[in-house]
Amino acid sequence: MARYKMEPLRCWDKAKELRRSVYERVAKARENGKIIVAGGTESMLALPAGYDMEFLGGEPYAASCAFAGVQDPGVCREFFEAAENARYPRDLCAYMRIGVGSLLADKYLAGGSYPRPTFNLQTHICDTHGKWYQIMSDIENVPYNAIDYVPYAWETENESEPSKKLKRDYLVGQMLDVIEWMEKVTGQKYDDERFINAVNWECESTSLWAQCCMLNRTIPAVMDEKTMFSFYVIAVLMRQRKESVDFYTELLDELKDRQRRGIAACPDEQFRFVHDSQPPWFALDVFRYLERFGAVSVAAHYSIGLSGGWTYDPELDTWLPALPPKGAGVELRTRQEACEWYAEWLLAYHTMLRSLRWSGRGKNKRILDIVKKWNADGMIIHLNRGCEGTAVGQMELHRFMNDQGIPCMTYEGNVADSREFDRERTIAKIETFMETLGRKKLY
Amino acid sequence: MIADFKSIYENRHNYAREWKERNNDHKIFGYMCTYMPEEILYAARVLPLRILGAHEPQNVSEPHILGMFCPFCRDVLAQGVLGRYDYLDAIGITHSCQHIHQAYESWVLHKKIKNFFIPTPNNHQTSRALPYLRGQLEIFKEQIEEWTGSEIGDEDLLRGIDIVDKTRMLMGAVYETRKSDIPSISGLDSMYMVVASQMADKGEFNWILEEVLGSELPGRAAREDPGIRLMIIGSEDDDAGFVEMVEGFGASIVVDDHCTGSRYFWNVTEKEGDPLTRIAERYIKRPPCPIKDFPARNRVPHLIGLARDFDVAGVIVIQQKFCDPHELDKVAVTKALEAAGYPTLYLEFDVTVPLGPFRIRVEAFLEMLRSEALF
Repeated sequence: MARYKMEPLRCWDKAKELRRSVYERVAKARENGKIIVAGGTESMLALPAGYDMEFLGGEPYAASCAFAGVQDPGVCREFFEAAENARYPRDLCAYMRIGVGSLLADKYLAGGSYPRPTFNLQTHICDTHGKWYQIMSDIENVPYNAIDYVPYAWETENESEPSKKLKRDYLVGQMLDVIEWMEKVTGQKYDDERFINAVNWECESTSLWAQCCMLNRTIPAVMDEKTMFSFYVIAVLMRQRKESVDFYTELLDELKDRQRRGIAACPDEQFRFVHDSQPPWFALDVFRYLERFGAVSVAAHYSIGLSGGWTYDPELDTWLPALPPKGAGVELRTRQEACEWYAEWLLAYHTMLRSLRWSGRGKNKRILDIVKKWNADGMIIHLNRGCEGTAVGQMELHRFMNDQGIPCMTYEGNVADSREFDRERTIAKIETFMETLGRKKLY
Repeated sequence: MIADFKSIYENRHNYAREWKERNNDHKIFGYMCTYMPEEILYAARVLPLRILGAHEPQNVSEPHILGMFCPFCRDVLAQGVLGRYDYLDAIGITHSCQHIHQAYESWVLHKKIKNFFIPTPNNHQTSRALPYLRGQLEIFKEQIEEWTGSEIGDEDLLRGIDIVDKTRMLMGAVYETRKSDIPSISGLDSMYMVVASQMADKGEFNWILEEVLGSELPGRAAREDPGIRLMIIGSEDDDAGFVEMVEGFGASIVVDDHCTGSRYFWNVTEKEGDPLTRIAERYIKRPPCPIKDFPARNRVPHLIGLARDFDVAGVIVIQQKFCDPHELDKVAVTKALEAAGYPTLYLEFDVTVPLGPFRIRVEAFLEMLRSEALF
């Protein structure tokens, strides 16, 4: 008999509709006379939002292609092969290879040709990002610009204030330059009011998602990670829009209600774990298989961090949802003020982006904090061959968790390239891991 | 003597230990990427020394670094784990690629050594990079002052710039001799020269370079018949065995674009202005590693310029296996070189290079170039 009550999430269909609407809007943007901006979705989405534009984010698009591959493996294979035929090696970022391949094959997942953007705007968050859209722009022959992101060091490193100020000024300066560049390449005046609204909404969306994730600390968890993937992606796709704020406000209310009533994501929750890295999108059923042992992923630095704004509290020595401008009592009035707030938000509060280049003590501490605060009993690390940014520090993380006495298992795979995932081996590893923990299959 | 280059390279650890004995009140600083501002370390009378791998199979870095990271970073970390650089007083890195940064982080986590990270910019094409880098260099200078207990004044910085720039200019002059029909130094010795310059005290190394340039190179022919002139480009490369093999088959490597080659020393510091700004500007303007080359592709015209100036017939493009920055550039770079009339041969390197199979591919490439020369 199930331990906990369970019921469907009311927000589920709304999330689905919002996700679908993004790709449909991009597909129709040209005929609607809108600007299309493409780039990594961790680009500063609020920045081009000074225009009436649609943003085609490379990573969620590729993840959707990978997920679509569950139904039709030919979709992804065609894109990978198109990239490989053009001599892009198989060990490169899988998202990038899908993006390049989809463009070269001239096929868009939502139907029709791959949408040609007005310009590409990238934020260089890992080694691949700045180069990815350089390649896309070469092929598309569209203007390209990239913002260099050098995040604050982890709190463990005691970075000096002068160094942080330099990073902030560097990022703000680049944002201001990019605004001028966008005016030049579009020939259209930039709307500061739109930008300021977008910064407010982006910060609010990510703060709200962090608050939603906090509710998962409770036992039983109100969301399992597979469900979280359906919700965090709203911020990934459109965090700079009002619809995103509205969605997370509604979701937060619903999750609070579930928490109060003890509604669980998994009725058999017995073993809570934290997952690391993106999942293999084509094999999300692995999470359902784990549930057969009562094992539930309650958080991942990836899913809570990518869409969440988190601030470090030195007194509590933990990370908490960051306050957006309005919550902090700040009114952003000018382009400069909005850029400054936005820069600080990304440099300090985006712990996921901060972890892509360097890991060490800081990332280990951040993830240990998640394991402890989310009341997890163990950890499962996806050694992700398709994303080097999230693979940074994973082997050290594994060692660190073992040193802390936290049961930890790894499995090797790829975020989007199913050719690099061995399902049977992964299932066998899960079974062995569960056996060592004394967990038996419940059904 | 040219022979000193190889000797320093092959006996790098003995060289460093002996240097320390001779300069026992001075520190040695190991760095992992050539964006490290050596000028500031020379200004502090610290010996900067580049950490490279040993090209030996090893089994100690696997627990620390995922197998899909490049063999170079794993080889570098192995040197640390095996204690081969235990004479270092500190290690440091700049904002380099993720792979070598992982080697640095694992080294720091497990070796408990004084460490310095300079968060240098990645995008060198924005005008915002110069003031940002200048500011970070100022912070680095202060950290070095605190570590050594000595203040670094402008005069010290100028001395540091002079020492490093002199090495750059002298090696540039050596490379210039390779433009002649019969180069006076081989590709192999040139490679030894540059990597040795990264491991030696540049004050001492400059004497060797001056002697080589003044007494040894004039009238010298590396080989009577240089054969086919080649350029070699790509990831970190100090694989002497490969270069020796290529040059043993009727070819001469006359120029390169590696961080263990021309990229390391190609430009010098501007003469006027605030020393830290000048140092920062020099690193921003140097021929870029692919990781720094965006949004525009500045590497392409530079590479074509090198191929033209050194009159090469073809280009060997090597890449450390899994080296993302070079993998991301290889399509555009090889396409541009070939469009400019320079055929390319692409090879993937590991810690040890399979000389047998590579020899067949190099021979085939050379044969193709020879037949092209006929028609």
